[in-house]
Amino acid sequence: MTILKRGLSRRRVLQTGMAGIIGSGVAPLVFTKGAWAQEFCNNPTGDTVVFGLNLPLTGTYAEEGADEQKAYELAIAHLNGEGDGGLLNVLQPSALKGNGILGKKVTYVSSDSQTKSDVARAGATRMIERDGAIMITGGSSSGEAIAVQGLCQEMGVIFMAGLTHSNDTTGKDKRRYGFRHFFNAYQSGIGLAPVLGQSYGNDRQAYHLTADYTWGWTQEESIKNATEALGWKTTAAVKTPLGTTDYSQYLTPILNSGADVLILNHYGLDMVNSLTQAVQFGMRDRQANGKDFQIVTPLISELMAKGAGESVKGIFGTSNWHWNLQDPGSIAFTKSFGAAYGSPPSQAAHTAYVQALLYADAVERAGTFYPPEVIKALEGHEFDGMGNGKTLYRAEDHQCIKSVLVVQGNESPTSEFDVLNVVQEIDRDTVAYDPAIFGGDLGPAEPVPMCA
Amino acid sequence: MTTFMSRNDLFLFLGFTVVVLAMPIWLAPFGAGYPDLLQRFMIFGIFAVGFNILFGLTGYLSFGHAAFFGVGSYAAVWSFKLLTLDAIPAMIFAVLISGLFALIIGFLCLRRSGIYFSILTLAFAQMSYNLAYSVLTPITNGETGLQLTLADPRFLDAAMGQTFSGQPVPTLLGQQLGGYAGFYFCAGFLILSFFIAQRIAGSPFGMMLKAIKSNQTRMQFTGFNTRPYALSAFVISGMYAGLAGALLAVTDPLAGAERMQWTASGEVVLMTILGGVGTLVGPVIGAWIIKYFENILSALNDNILARFWSFLPEGVADVVVKITSKFVGDGWHLTLGLAFVIVVIFLPGGIMEGVRRIAAAFRRSGSSSAKPSARTQPAE
Repeated sequence: MTILKRGLSRRRVLQTGMAGIIGSGVAPLVFTKGAWAQEFCNNPTGDTVVFGLNLPLTGTYAEEGADEQKAYELAIAHLNGEGDGGLLNVLQPSALKGNGILGKKVTYVSSDSQTKSDVARAGATRMIERDGAIMITGGSSSGEAIAVQGLCQEMGVIFMAGLTHSNDTTGKDKRRYGFRHFFNAYQSGIGLAPVLGQSYGNDRQAYHLTADYTWGWTQEESIKNATEALGWKTTAAVKTPLGTTDYSQYLTPILNSGADVLILNHYGLDMVNSLTQAVQFGMRDRQANGKDFQIVTPLISELMAKGAGESVKGIFGTSNWHWNLQDPGSIAFTKSFGAAYGSPPSQAAHTAYVQALLYADAVERAGTFYPPEVIKALEGHEFDGMGNGKTLYRAEDHQCIKSVLVVQGNESPTSEFDVLNVVQEIDRDTVAYDPAIFGGDLGPAEPVPMCA
Repeated sequence: MTTFMSRNDLFLFLGFTVVVLAMPIWLAPFGAGYPDLLQRFMIFGIFAVGFNILFGLTGYLSFGHAAFFGVGSYAAVWSFKLLTLDAIPAMIFAVLISGLFALIIGFLCLRRSGIYFSILTLAFAQMSYNLAYSVLTPITNGETGLQLTLADPRFLDAAMGQTFSGQPVPTLLGQQLGGYAGFYFCAGFLILSFFIAQRIAGSPFGMMLKAIKSNQTRMQFTGFNTRPYALSAFVISGMYAGLAGALLAVTDPLAGAERMQWTASGEVVLMTILGGVGTLVGPVIGAWIIKYFENILSALNDNILARFWSFLPEGVADVVVKITSKFVGDGWHLTLGLAFVIVVIFLPGGIMEGVRRIAAAFRRSGSSSAKPSARTQPAE
């Protein structure tokens, strides 16, 4: 190696470089060979199976994320036959035996998605590639859900969406590997508009404040269409960044806009802030166009209503589920959640719990973890007893079709949890719609063999 | 036979190459040997190496480098959407666009130096972020992020009669770039980037940049116009950032606005300072450490800690778990902050200074053997 002593010739460097490039081109083949031996991504071979929980534990939707985590822990305990069995006893039809899934004990790994799409994707990738998650679930933002759903389609891993309300999740961004139990903005519009018309009349000027991402956009569109069909007019629709804490700059222009209804297309902490600040601005004591000024929150949950406190009284919105429903499923779930954590579950917790059970049930019915078979078992599956009445997992867009609740802030709460009243339960035939209206393409069920 | 590289440079380069290519093996015991994180190590390594060309050599501290990173990502995703799913055109496109963007911003910002320069770059980056987040949503899809869909036109692919079924993913000449293939693809670029940075640092051009750092006024008095040199460094550095952004889009075809936020710009500054400003290897190590903290520490939870400390007696273990849990999970920033403070106070030259000190201590103790050691040396 005398050559090295005097440094190196250009030719020598090029030769070594080429060898390196060829070497690094061949090396991956050695590493990826294992992927072909495995029948599909993260085929569970031991006696446990891993769920990947992708939860927003920090950020705007952190409170929902924390509640979802409790629900998943509860669902996993019930699937493994621990605790009181919860909704396992009321799901109809059910293939669940309370001994794990296909005899394998369920465990989980979790990741903080920070309410950010990029981070959610990185977390999901880590749980799939490193921790061997068979299924990814959770999330409280549609941005996250859509990002992770695309990733799961690439990897061939089923994604059971948590709380996501955007039309796009099962609309133009729907994926074969993504499933949503939660309802969507379009259904909120169908459910909410008649109630709004009855209470506030058909001659109103609406002003929208909208969270600036996929969910806000589609909710604004849906509510706008539904209210304009009533005869309302839309004065303006202003986008606010996700995670805004001070809304005064957005609220001031409303006072002179001629609007007499404020529609807040916000969720989580955004909604708590915008609603509280709007009430502090004196909006609800105002008169505009000779009518009382009103605020509407198209999507609302107990957690937010609790956070907003006094401000939420009398305000209309829609929910996926409410703990005070009196069917056996809701009673059973509220009971076991309350026994475990000392508070009634939120709608985020409910949808998370139900999604975990539905996945497990589909695997049991399919008799295998092989995703295309599980997808087949979920598509077009009709079930009952989970708190929303008879429910259909629609095959065309993987959207659950079930009844939707119109709720109103409770004027005289009896406890700190009794903050919302169910005004009306809209049955599922009314909120069903043609899946073709949002376009999109599910893609194939056959997994791409790229899971490492 | 012309001398192409000095022996030290060559050893550094070869050592670096071996360390990088063997990463899946030596990182596995640390829980980091999985493709996604390895890809990130490569990508942010490139980002930091590029940042160091500007900050380390010329001393100009840019607080807005994430803007070029984001522009690279968006350009690459648009290339996937409009042209072809092949990675090469996307990367060329991304590097060109981010270079052009850096030229414009650099031309304006380099009229000032020092803190004014930093603030100007920060302002431009924050502007870009807000544009991407809310103003230019038809191009960037805002907070939701830009994704590939089946309905994308992909004119080049269509012209070649290629059709896809399923989720479109970027490819390299038909080979998919997920998993370890993606890692080696990125690793190749990191090694190439490192090599180019090494050549730049050793070239007369690099000497000029270092001269700007040590005394720009004196350079000007001796008749040099320093602006073109600084601008070239700025553009090269912006192109590195664009390359890194494009690679992130190649391995994970989603471009979100968060990656342009000021926190992302600050992160690359942290990486460089933590590793060692002005050294070649330092910024890469800094990038690896920060990404490791972000991905591994943030995934630890109380259960894992309880298992880790289970050898301690009952009551003690609970207390220890309570305390340590503040430093992992969503508290990982606290750990990072502590590590940063310790490094800056005790090792102002970053981790590379620590390596140098250890090396010097070894050399002193073994000075009787006069032969110079052949170990990898940090290059200055």
